[in-house]
Amino acid sequence: MLAFIIRRLIQSIAVMLTVALISFTLFQFVGDPINNMLGQEASRDDRAELRQRLGLNDPVPIQFVRFVGNAVRGDFGISYRMARPVSTVIMERLPATLELAFVSGLFALTLGIVLGVYTALKRDGWLSNFIMTASLVGVSLPTFVIGILLIYLFAVELQWLPSFGRGELVQITDNWRTGLLTESGRKSLILPAITLGLFQLTLIMRLVRAEMLEVLRTDYIKFARARGLSQRAIHFHHALKNTLLPVITITGLQLGSIIAFAIITETVFQWPGVGLLFITAINFVDIPMMSAYLILIAFIFVIINLIVDLLYFLVDPRLRAEKSGGH
Amino acid sequence: MADTLLSVKDLVVEFPHRRGNLRALDQISFNIDRGEILGVVGESGAGKSLTGAAIIGLLEPPGHVAGGSIELDGRRIDNISAAEMRKIRGRKIGMVFQDPLTSLNPILTIADQLIETIQVHLKMSDKEARKQAIKLLDDVGIPAASKRIDDYPHQFSGGMRQRVVIALALAGEPELIVADEPTTALDVSVQAQIIDVLKNTCKEHGAAVMLVTHDMGVIAETCDRVAVMYAGRLAEIGPVREVIKHPKHPYTIGLMGSIPSLAHQVDRLVQIPGSMPRLDNIPTGCAFNPRCNKVFDRCRTERPDLIAVEGNLAACWLHAEEATA
Repeated sequence: MLAFIIRRLIQSIAVMLTVALISFTLFQFVGDPINNMLGQEASRDDRAELRQRLGLNDPVPIQFVRFVGNAVRGDFGISYRMARPVSTVIMERLPATLELAFVSGLFALTLGIVLGVYTALKRDGWLSNFIMTASLVGVSLPTFVIGILLIYLFAVELQWLPSFGRGELVQITDNWRTGLLTESGRKSLILPAITLGLFQLTLIMRLVRAEMLEVLRTDYIKFARARGLSQRAIHFHHALKNTLLPVITITGLQLGSIIAFAIITETVFQWPGVGLLFITAINFVDIPMMSAYLILIAFIFVIINLIVDLLYFLVDPRLRAEKSGGH
Repeated sequence: MADTLLSVKDLVVEFPHRRGNLRALDQISFNIDRGEILGVVGESGAGKSLTGAAIIGLLEPPGHVAGGSIELDGRRIDNISAAEMRKIRGRKIGMVFQDPLTSLNPILTIADQLIETIQVHLKMSDKEARKQAIKLLDDVGIPAASKRIDDYPHQFSGGMRQRVVIALALAGEPELIVADEPTTALDVSVQAQIIDVLKNTCKEHGAAVMLVTHDMGVIAETCDRVAVMYAGRLAEIGPVREVIKHPKHPYTIGLMGSIPSLAHQVDRLVQIPGSMPRLDNIPTGCAFNPRCNKVFDRCRTERPDLIAVEGNLAACWLHAEEATA
């Protein structure tokens, strides 16, 4: 167990270093940051001085080591565009994205499992067929189209929900302002959460359905039937647990991509999270911001992966250390 | 008979098919007495396992009982509701499947599965049920049962798992165990042990056994009576010694002749020419007639019923000739 965790940690560090290298090379290849920061009119001396101050004259490997060292301490430099520390800006924006990702992940997971189990158990019901057909929409329509359709229907036509922003916010800590505690905040969250979660929802639902059907065909389910266990016990005690094993992995990875793909949803709904921040950063070639975002997303993925592996370990007894082998 | 436990009469099982129905079981009739062990033999596809599945009410759709009746303790169980059948499964009829490696839920402990099954059928507290579960494991010969009960299935070997499966089948104290080729998936070295466990524990618990197998050796050592199936029909049924020593149906004769024996030196084993017909292509008259070496006209036109011959029942016109002639 411990060896397993250590091995995974080392792998995670390797991944993070690779990502750091990639985001570091952004600095080397995407234009000259001095131009972006000072504009055309700056004097040669000003440029040289800034270049020196930012350490851009040092050899590349030294710059990389410094970059990694700073990143580990949470220092990603100064945003070219906002002239404020990148980490502060990101920490201000992160709660918005995390709230959105968390709510839409929860929405996708619960509804996905419920619908997946339902469609598996009532395989030939008209409602199941309808759900399966409707889920094709979720799989095939791009996120921004779904977002715009939802805005048109619920914000423009029905005027039930706001079309952009986070609504009223409540300050919880210095950096964390939440919309979950006010009605307008919660209302603002609904459309973006659905938009962001719909694809994951259909994915999880189809996965759960397929896994459940597979499990229901196994011998141990037949044997459970032959022992006279109730349908309920068979479906929810024996089958569902086995179904959820592979679902855990996929869901974990999906949570990472929910955070990463929030970019599009945040743009459509003008949601002030890190995704929107990233898009703006790209427009202004704000390289420290872009590289920090890259590293942040990679970090989230790595952490989630680690948690998923550990969860798997806890759920599946076959992976746990053998206590006593059969003879 | 007062001690008849299970009575199957003219059982027909059909599978809907593009061109009409496929008859997988055709008018099967037999009884099992209390505490008796009935062996069921036949080639693959003869309908042995299907008979077991029909009795416990677990035919895979679209297969269904299309005729005849199944009575347990004098009560029909082939036409009762799914909820009522569930009360019979496990409580009155238990089942042991072929492959112990896949019959147990991999993520639940043996205790979980046993206690759950016991409590479905018997009113017991958690503590009592656990005690009962340990006793069952003890009965089927799991060493250190009180320790091993909290292990997961993957921590047991194949033979040990099949013992657990037998314990699970007996958990609701059923009167009949349908054992569907319980040793086929096991190592030859443990097959005999498992058959012993099955035989002895069922005897201790007073359960009759319907033992489906194609191992004649197992039948000879274990069973009281044996039924021979061919192409979804019963060819012969009788006490095990009679059927083995004096088979009456030409198919049974061929089957017995094809078993190698250490006692008799034989150059070449008897082989029945041809193969069993497909279900959509069963010949009229006796299903065995194209392969039979004693076939005559009547066999090709009229289907023989089971005819009593010297303690056996055989579905063969040869014996009707004898009886009438």
